[in-house]
Amino acid sequence: MIAAHLPVLLVVVPLAAAPLIVLLRHAGIAWALAVAAAWFALGAGLALAAEVARAGVVSYHLGSWPPPWGIEYRVDALSAFVIVLIAGVGALVAPYALRSVAAEVPPERRYLYYAVHCLCLAGLLGMTATGDAFNLFVFMEIASLAMYILIALGRHRRALLAAYQYLVLGTIGATFYVIGVGLLYLATGTLNLADMAARLPAIEGTRPVLAALAFITVGLSLKAAIFPLHLWLPNAYAYAPSAATSFIAATATKVSVYVLMRYYFGVFGAHLVVASLPVPQILLGLSIAAILTASLVALWQADLRRLLAYSSVAQIGYITLGIGLATRDGLTAAVVHLFNHGITKGALFLLVGGIALRAGGAGFERLRGLARSMPLTCFGVTLAGLSLIGVPGTAGFISKWYLVLGALEAGHGWLAAYVVLTSLIAVAYVWRFVEAAYLSAPAAGAARVAEAPLPMLATAWLLVGACVWFGFDTSFTVEGARRAAQLLLGGAP
Amino acid sequence: MAQLAGHYTYWVTVLLMAAGLYILIARGNLVKKLIGLSVFQTSVYLLYIAPGKLIGGTAPIVDAAFQVYSNPLPHVLILTAIVVGIATLALGLALVVRIREAYGSIEEDEIIAADARDGDRE
Repeated sequence: MIAAHLPVLLVVVPLAAAPLIVLLRHAGIAWALAVAAAWFALGAGLALAAEVARAGVVSYHLGSWPPPWGIEYRVDALSAFVIVLIAGVGALVAPYALRSVAAEVPPERRYLYYAVHCLCLAGLLGMTATGDAFNLFVFMEIASLAMYILIALGRHRRALLAAYQYLVLGTIGATFYVIGVGLLYLATGTLNLADMAARLPAIEGTRPVLAALAFITVGLSLKAAIFPLHLWLPNAYAYAPSAATSFIAATATKVSVYVLMRYYFGVFGAHLVVASLPVPQILLGLSIAAILTASLVALWQADLRRLLAYSSVAQIGYITLGIGLATRDGLTAAVVHLFNHGITKGALFLLVGGIALRAGGAGFERLRGLARSMPLTCFGVTLAGLSLIGVPGTAGFISKWYLVLGALEAGHGWLAAYVVLTSLIAVAYVWRFVEAAYLSAPAAGAARVAEAPLPMLATAWLLVGACVWFGFDTSFTVEGARRAAQLLLGGAP
Repeated sequence: MAQLAGHYTYWVTVLLMAAGLYILIARGNLVKKLIGLSVFQTSVYLLYIAPGKLIGGTAPIVDAAFQVYSNPLPHVLILTAIVVGIATLALGLALVVRIREAYGSIEEDEIIAADARDGDRE
């Protein structure tokens, strides 16, 4: 009975937890509710993934109105995969937040933090689960508004400006998306993505459809921080509370990339986007530029959080590179990297949150000799850093491997070489951390700091463990991504 | 010419869209930027609502006497979009209030200058 409603409960439970938290106004209860909602979402997400693996597509009709008249929630191989990533990271960040939020957010605002965290989780899950174009916009705005608040809760006053800039750019992005959806609706008369996909071939190549494609591409690229529309990202990641950064960095941009893939291959169709328009060439060009410039900028950052933020822009470049290849291996690489980079960056930001808590910041001058006082944290950062580079035995290697295969399959040997060579820049910026933490003497007169609190360390290490686990056992990630890529290229949404 | 006049709602939409984006980019005052953002969002409401109206159309109630119906769905969608727009504007203004408390200014260049003086201090 309850199992039939999982696609909607996945979204409704975190969504309902938020107002409940605001009514109860107690930070401890708020935290417990947020953890419960996040773990429920993870359970629902895993159950849905199992159901999708068994039955193919799970379709849920809201209010029993059949699509295309009613809103449909549609979970397939691709969305189930992204849901597991979001819910998994959410379920780890929620328990982590207890110590981190207590240290960074004033007491009277703590319960609000958890309310907004639940809203953000609900929004991101809703974006992934829904099969309705306008419903997706509403969830996108729920998630985005929640993120602006999460960022603004940062301690430094620059967090406010970062949130404001993200609000302006994010709203432009969402409005561009909704203009695109409006044009599609005027042209097709439907908002259901599957229905839209069935009606678009009849009017393919007409100007409103092309304009809609352009608007949706630009809008979602802003949300996904695809180079050169990434300007909001570094400050937002650097000044938000640690728990918020970890959650947003691991999930938010990935969901937007997922929506972009869904539109390109599930709605407009590969025959339009790939075969008759220069979209793949543009994506490849932007990705190549993103990887090189963002990696080089990351190298010169004075703060570890900003370094990781710029590295995120570069890593999104690898994901869009896979989309631009538009081959089976390329798309598999894009989907695998979406997941692997999500857990890697999540682990890194969780650990850096511990460092910021104990050392009072993540500037490189504070990291000197830190491995002596925080050995477990520093070892975790190093391991996750190896996954960021793509060293064999880590999750990052799997994505880079399929990216290289995809580039070779598409006949771009030089692109394969480019992926390998640019990974060397990642070696350089991860090395900067290793050099500071392991090979430098602590600054004279610096107080010896304690290891990060156990709950923070444990949740972070679970994700670090996942980075290593998915480097060896690829049955979930690669098989899931392969099914998703098959689905995308098959044309069905 | 008749075609231009017949599509006047689209011209208004495009004008508002461009004007909103221009204010957003050209102005350094954080409140004025939000006004531009609002104008930009409002143009989209028009984009959705105008085509929903059919001249001579009635409410979509099935009756043998009527053949032409107006589409009510865009109105419902835009009601939602208006709520989203209000929430965004309210949050934006709340952030501006906090920025003014923290920096003593709502001019973007002054705030950036204050941050630059600050250096990289935490």
